Amino acid sequence: MATTNPLGIDLEHYKWGFRDPVDKYVFTARKGLDADVVNQISHMKSEPDWMRAYRLHAYDHFRQRPIPTWGADLTQIDFDEIYYYLKPVEEKGRTWEDVPQDIKRTFDRLGIPEAEKKWLAGVGAQYESESVYHNLKEEWEKLGVIFLDTDTALKKHPDIFREYFGTVVPPEDNKLAALNSAVWSGGSFVYVPEGVRVDIPLQAYFRINAEKAGQFERTLIICEPGSYVHYVEGCTAPIYTSDALHAAVVEIIVKEGARCRYTTIQNWSTNTYNLVTKRAVAYRDATMEWVDGNIGSKLTVKYPSVYMVEPGAKAEILSVAYAGKGQHQDPGGKVIHAAPHTQSSVISKSISKDGGRAGYRGLVKVYPGAVGSKCAVRCDALILDEYSRSDTYPTNEIEEEDVSITHEATVSKVSDEQLFYLMARGIKADEAMGMIVRGFIEPITKELPLEYAVELNRLIALEMEGSVG
Amino acid sequence: MRGERVTERSRPDLEIKDLHVQVEDKVILKGVNLGISKGEIHALMGPNGSGKSTLANVLMGNPFYQVVKGDVLYKGEDLLAMAPDERARKGLFIAFQYPVAIPGVTMSSFLRTAVSARRGYQTELIPVSEFQKILRAKIEELKMEPSITGRYVNEGFSGGEKKRAEILQMALLEPQIAIMDETDSGLDIDSVKIVADGVNRMFAAAGGQMGILVITHYSRILHFIKPHHVHVIFDGRLVVSGSSELAEELERTGYEGIKSQVDIIRTEVAESGAVRRAGKVFWVEH
Repeated sequence: MATTNPLGIDLEHYKWGFRDPVDKYVFTARKGLDADVVNQISHMKSEPDWMRAYRLHAYDHFRQRPIPTWGADLTQIDFDEIYYYLKPVEEKGRTWEDVPQDIKRTFDRLGIPEAEKKWLAGVGAQYESESVYHNLKEEWEKLGVIFLDTDTALKKHPDIFREYFGTVVPPEDNKLAALNSAVWSGGSFVYVPEGVRVDIPLQAYFRINAEKAGQFERTLIICEPGSYVHYVEGCTAPIYTSDALHAAVVEIIVKEGARCRYTTIQNWSTNTYNLVTKRAVAYRDATMEWVDGNIGSKLTVKYPSVYMVEPGAKAEILSVAYAGKGQHQDPGGKVIHAAPHTQSSVISKSISKDGGRAGYRGLVKVYPGAVGSKCAVRCDALILDEYSRSDTYPTNEIEEEDVSITHEATVSKVSDEQLFYLMARGIKADEAMGMIVRGFIEPITKELPLEYAVELNRLIALEMEGSVG
Repeated sequence: MRGERVTERSRPDLEIKDLHVQVEDKVILKGVNLGISKGEIHALMGPNGSGKSTLANVLMGNPFYQVVKGDVLYKGEDLLAMAPDERARKGLFIAFQYPVAIPGVTMSSFLRTAVSARRGYQTELIPVSEFQKILRAKIEELKMEPSITGRYVNEGFSGGEKKRAEILQMALLEPQIAIMDETDSGLDIDSVKIVADGVNRMFAAAGGQMGILVITHYSRILHFIKPHHVHVIFDGRLVVSGSSELAEELERTGYEGIKSQVDIIRTEVAESGAVRRAGKVFWVEH
C-alpha cells in the first residue's frame, strides 16, 4: 500500500516523480505560503482546474483578511513560520526513537497496541484495520453511502463534491477558513442517500487510506432527507505532530428530517494551535448534533455551529474541554435560529488544572420571525486548583420576542465534602478526585461511543494523578 | 450512698481517650473517653449541639474538625494519624447524617470501587459478576429499588433513600466498627424498622466481628436495635453510661431528667471520675 503523508500526497508517486526529469515540481521544505505553494499542492494532487482556481482565490482572501478577533487571542501565530506542505525527508526520517518519551509513556499507559502507537506517532506503517473495514465498506456501498477521504471523493464524485464543497464555510468566511480552503488536504467525505440510516458509526480510522490526522483537513458531510449518520473522528491518544498549526474545516448539510451526529475527541500535543471551523446547516425538522471533546493542544479555538434555516430544525452541542499546564481551551458553540420553531441546546463542561485556562464562548442568535424558538445553554466549569482559570463569554443576539432562551452557568471546585465522602469509603484521594471529575463530564461521556468514553475517562485519570496532596 | 470506682475492662478495639476537638475557634468535644469492641452495640445519645456528630466525623477523619488533644487507638494503632481512606479500608465505617451527592457518578460504579478498596484490590476492581451478586442480595435485604444502582450517588435521593443507601454501603463494606450518625432522623417508622432489621442481620451475620456505635437524638431506633451500652453526651463530654435501660429512662424523663441527676451527683461527689449509681455510671467532672 502506498504511504501517505499529512498532505495526502502519495509518497510512492512522489518518489517516482522526483526521479522523472519531466516533473518540473521539486518540493523542497520551505516555510511560509505563497501562490506557488498553492499551485504545487493542487498539481501534486492532479486536481481539476476549478479546484486549483478555488485554492488560489482562497489564498488571496487569506492574505487580505485580518486575524479573527471573535474568540481567543491568535496574534501569537506566525503564519510565515509554518510549513504548509510536505517535508518528505523529515516525515520519512522520523523513527520511533524520535517520539518524545512522555508521549510513548502515555501510549503505554493507555494500553494502545504497538502498531497503532506507531501510526498515531506518525511513524512507519499506518494503522490497518483492513478486515473490519472491508466488511463495513460492503454494507455501506450496498446502501449507496459514500465514505472516502476528501481527495479521493473529489476525483471519484466530482459532481456531488462541487455542488456542496465550500457552501457552508466559504473561503470568504474568515482568515482560517480561507487558509484551509487554499491548502486543504485529507479529511473525510460522507454522503448518505435519502432515507438511509447508517447504524454503525462511521469512524475516520476505518476510512480507506486513512492518514494520520493532518494539519489542514477538510471534511464534508451531506445527509439527504430522512437519513441518519454518526461520524466519529479523533482519538484520545495524544496525536504527536511537529506541526504548530492545525486548521481544519468541517461542513455539514442536514436536509429535511435527517439527523447527523458528529463526534470528535482531540488530544493534540501541547505545542499545537488547534483552530477548527465546524459548521452545519439544518433544514426542515433536521437535527444536527456536535459532540466535541478537547484535551490536548496549546490553544483550541473551536465553536461548532448550527444554522437552523427551516422550521423545526434542531441543534445540540455538547462539549468538554480539559486545560492543564500551559493550555488554553476556548471551545464553545454557536446556534443560529433563522426559522420559526427551531430548537437548540448547548451543554459545555470545562475543567482547568495546573494553571490551565478553559471556558466557554458561545453565540445564540435569533433572527426576526423565528417565532416559537427555544434555546437552552448550560455551561459548567470545574476548577481544580487556585492557579487555574475559567471564563464564560456568552453572546446573545435575540431579535425576536416570541422565543424562550435560558442560560445557566456554574463555576465550581471539587468540594472537600465530596472528597471526604468518597475517601470515607476507602477510596484513595486521587481516585476520589478522578471520580468527581469523571462524574462532572458524565453528561458528555455518556453520549460517546463506549470505547471513546472509556479512553477519555482513562486519560483524565492519568491527567489527574498526583492532583491531591 | 457513696459511689464505687469502676475497674477498667480489657483494651477495646476502638479506644477514645480524652478527646478534645474544635471547629475553627469553637471547642466542641471537651475530653471524650469511650471504648467500643467488636461484638458490642453502643448507643450515644444527646441533645442537639452536644457533639455527637462531631465525634462521628472526627473518628472518620473529616478534615473540617481539628483534634487539639487526646488519642484514638484503633486495634492498637494511632487512628488519628491515618487518612480517611485508610481508616475505611481497615474496617471503620460511618453512615453519614447528611450524605453528599456526587453528580455523574453512578451508585454501582461508586459501590464497586469502594468494595474493591475495602477488599484489598490494588489495581483491578472486584469482578463485575461477583459484585453484582453481592449487590443484588443486599439491595433486596434492605428492600430498596434495584434501579438505585443506576442513579447518581445521593443525587435527588429522598431523605429516606439517602439513609438506606448509607446502610447499603455499610452492608457491602462489612466494617469492624460502624458508626451510624443519626440514621433514624428523617425516617418514617417503617423505614426505621427496615434499616434496623438490616443492621441487626448484619450484626448477627458478623458473628461477633462487628461493633456498632448508634448515634441518635431519640430513643426510637433503640427499640429495634438493642444496644448493650448507652452513653449520654452533654456539652462535649460523656456524662452517664448504662445499659439499654438508660435509653428507656431517657425516653421517660427526657434529657432534663438525666441532667438533674448529673447535677445532683456532681454536688455530692468531690473528685472527678466515674461514679456508679442506680445501675448507671456517672462521669463526674469538676
